[in-house]
Amino acid sequence: MSFHLILFLLFGAVSVGGAINLLAQRHPINSALSLIAVMAALAGDYLLLGAEFVAAVQLIVYAGAIMVLFVFVIMLLNAGVEEETKGSRVAILVGVPGMLIGGVLVAWVVLRRSGTEAVPIGAMPGHPIDIAQLLFHDFLLPFEVTSILILIAIMGAVVLASKPESAAGKVE
Amino acid sequence: MVPLSYYLLLSGFLFACGVAGFLIKRNIITIFMSIELMLNGVNLSFVAFAAHWHALAGQIFVFFVMVVAAAESAVGLAIIIAVYRTRETLNVDQVNLLKL
Repeated sequence: MSFHLILFLLFGAVSVGGAINLLAQRHPINSALSLIAVMAALAGDYLLLGAEFVAAVQLIVYAGAIMVLFVFVIMLLNAGVEEETKGSRVAILVGVPGMLIGGVLVAWVVLRRSGTEAVPIGAMPGHPIDIAQLLFHDFLLPFEVTSILILIAIMGAVVLASKPESAAGKVE
Repeated sequence: MVPLSYYLLLSGFLFACGVAGFLIKRNIITIFMSIELMLNGVNLSFVAFAAHWHALAGQIFVFFVMVVAAAESAVGLAIIIAVYRTRETLNVDQVNLLKL
């Protein structure tokens, strides 16, 4: 058992446990914290795959910025424990076996088709210089378009989250 | 050496967890977090394929997915705040009318 495989299993176990914990927890803040664990473990997986830049961005943008936004909204809205709702019996009776069968089929196909292939770790040119060359040369137009998207998103968030004029006037 | 299929299975499992959370959760914020979990699962398969085929463009796609996810979460959380302001609830079962 190689060291890479051990590390992969470690990170994989953390991310799988975090994903299951996200489903099992009833309070959104616990779900948010387990999602942060999933994202940190995925950053470790990206490092194993030789993608240092993506791992750093994953930690900074996803686990840092986006999750802080989530936690901020959870605290701002004072979200409480989720209410129980009755699920349908048919969904459980049909859905769980169907999901299991589908999962086993997908796993079988994936393992059979690419079981002998191996990811060469560290052999890939994930250097920030190469990334920058690709990002600012080949993908320059999408990069600029995303900046416009971010600008629109900022304006949309401000407009949506701000109080309506009439309601604000009534309160004050 | 870790086979590519292991990464794909992990990615698929994370995506399936995201779908399950999207369907069974009742809190709108947790549903939104499930969407982020799905995006993370897809990102993992992007990076795994990029490493497998020695194609760096996969990592660039992950970068774009992250940027779009950031924009999406900003707008989505603003929508959640607006919904909470008008309905006083985060339970999606009680948000079943387009107009109050």
